[in-house]
Parts: sequence; structure tokens; C-alpha cells
Amino acid sequence: MSVYVDARGLSCPQPVILARKAIDAGQFPIEVRVETVTSRENVRRMAEKQGCTVTVETEGDEFVLTLTKE
Amino acid sequence: MGPETLAQVLRPLRALFHAADYPELLVGLEVADDAAVWRITDEVAVIQTLDFFTPVVDDPYLYGAIAAANAMSDVYAMGGEVALALNIAAFPKDLPPEMIAEVLRGGGEKVAEAGGVLAGGHTIDDEEPKYGLAVMGLVHPQRILTKGGARPGDALVLTKPLGVGLVATAAKGDEADPAHLAEAVASMARLNRTAARLLREAGVDALTDITGFALLGHGCEMAEKSGVRLRFDLARLPFVRGAREYADAWLFPAGTCNNETAYKPCVSFAPEIPEEVQQLLYTPETSGGLLAALRPEKVAGLLAACAAAGQECWVVGEVVEGEGVELR
Repeated sequence: MSVYVDARGLSCPQPVILARKAIDAGQFPIEVRVETVTSRENVRRMAEKQGCTVTVETEGDEFVLTLTKE
Repeated sequence: MGPETLAQVLRPLRALFHAADYPELLVGLEVADDAAVWRITDEVAVIQTLDFFTPVVDDPYLYGAIAAANAMSDVYAMGGEVALALNIAAFPKDLPPEMIAEVLRGGGEKVAEAGGVLAGGHTIDDEEPKYGLAVMGLVHPQRILTKGGARPGDALVLTKPLGVGLVATAAKGDEADPAHLAEAVASMARLNRTAARLLREAGVDALTDITGFALLGHGCEMAEKSGVRLRFDLARLPFVRGAREYADAWLFPAGTCNNETAYKPCVSFAPEIPEEVQQLLYTPETSGGLLAALRPEKVAGLLAACAAAGQECWVVGEVVEGEGVELR
């Protein structure tokens, strides 16, 4: 069961803050849904800096990032 | 709006107005700068500029003060002094009048501090507050300062620390230390008037202010318009407290990405500069400081005059032959 963060309709840095809170909570995998390239890149870069492995899928106009940690 | 979209939407205007048809327009159109300048006589030119934005802080008085300082900064960046300002504002219908009065008081007191007069304005209803000024400044036509005069060998100086935009963004997300925000707010509300006067007295080759396009974007513009390369030393760049920390937490606004997309082709970083610091330098500033290029022999005098006047000033790099902006 993955943690779900819906960050659609939010502008940066809100998606990053929400994703970061989920990472800090420590339950993985985390699924983050965003709808801009900027949000996708910012969440991806922050999560990688936090030591997460990030995979990105495109669903229509939206992006789903899956964050996992060893 | 990001720099690329801006260039796109302005394109139809370029077909309508040609600089050659307006000999009294000294700055504007083909040589876009911080503000437009129109020559009235051989002794007097008018500087015209306008800026407004949504709230950067919760306190209405400080919001007004910051928006006004930011709007007037373009006059200083052209080498002028503020004469006349008008409010441009939009407020929600249900916003208490006393809050609106505080915004206007914050802006008005800044205009008074600048030695100008606030003589009116226009306000409409809107869901999200917006406030700023249309500003008229004055300058001698022979003493206009632009982005275009930097020469190889010049030193680069900066008059406010960087990172206030990121701290304000972090504060909007409730992620900023109040002490960090207070420092950023004080910096944003500070007029560039004293800094501009000291730079004029020292004699500078090129001048601009650091706002929405960040140090790197405004640096790229100066490099392009001057036909030179700007080289900044990261170790010498001043940052407000908290900025590096919030960069580390990746709290960048969307504007950072817009600036990076637009200016990346013109910027080169030394390989050891961390990605978050690169992003920080692309992050929009609000009411940032002045960036000036001046002959290196004038730097000592400038720094002494700044110290005597209580004005911050840092030597942050140099101008070299080439193009673009380099961070090392």
C-alpha cells in the first residue's frame, strides 16, 4: 500500500513541501501526482537529494512520481 | 511571466513601434532596459516605469513598502531620482478598508522616503490583491545608466544580498524561520536610492537591478547588451540568512524553472557548484539590489563611501571578454 500525495493544481514549492513531508514520515513507496513539468522536476530533484529512487510515469497531462527508499 | 513567454507576447509590439521614429525615446523598444527614458530637453529626460505584484508577505504595510521600493528601483537602475508615483492596485471586495489603507500607507511612506510624491492611482476589485506603482523619474540625458556599458576589466559590485525571493517563498509555504523572513523583508523594503547615489558618484559603466530574472538572468542581459562576459565568484556572493538552507530543501518557486529554461544557454557553472546553489541563483528576487560594473580603480573609493554611508556593497566578480555569465 503506497502513500498518495495529490499535488495537482498546486504551484511550487507546495508539491515539494507535501512530498518532503511524506518522505519525512518514512512510509514508502510514495506516489506523487503533479501536472506541470516544473513540479515534476522539482519533486524529482528534491527526492533524489533525500536519497530516494524516483520513477516517473506520464498519464495524459499529468505525471506520477513513485518515490522509494532502500 | 517567464522571460521566454514575455518575448513571445511582446513580438507584435515590435512591429508597431520603431525606435528610429522616436528620436526622443532614449531607452526602450530596441534597447530594452530597466525602464523607458524620454528626452524632454537637452537637460532633462523622463524615466517611466511600472511594477506591481501579489502579496509577498502577510503584513499589509510591509507589502506596500516592498512593492513601492521594488517599483522605484527601476528609476535608480537608470541613474535617476524619483519624482512622481501613482498607485496601481486591486483588492478583494471583502478586504477590510483598514488593511488596504495600510498597504497604501506602506507604499506612500516609501515614495516620501525616496523624495517623490504619490499623487493618485487606480484601484479595481479582484480576488487576489495586487499592488504597485507607476513611477516617473528624472535624469540628465547625458547621465543615463544602462545595462550596456560594461567593459572587460571592470569589477562587478552588488548592493543587497541574494535569496530574499526564496526566503519569501519558503515563508508562504510556512517553512521559513521568522527571523530569516524578517531579515529578507528588511532587505526588500530598503530603497536602492542611497546605493544608486553612491554608485553614480563613484562613476559606473553599467547598472541594473536584480529582480524577477534573478542574478543570472539580469547578469545575462548586462553581458549581452554590453558585449562582454560576466564572471561571478560564488564565494563572494552575499546571501540572506536561510537562503542556502531553503535551497537545500528545494523550496524553489516555479519562476526558478522559467529563468533556468530561458537563461541556461548563456550561463556556465564551475563543476563543483552544487545544483541547489545553481537553482538559487536562478530564483526570482523581489526588490533586489543594484548590480554595477565599474573600473577596478574606482572600487576602493566606492567601498569607503558605502561604509561611511552605512550602505552594504560587495565586490562579486569581474567583467571579461566573451559572452554570457560564468559562475566559479
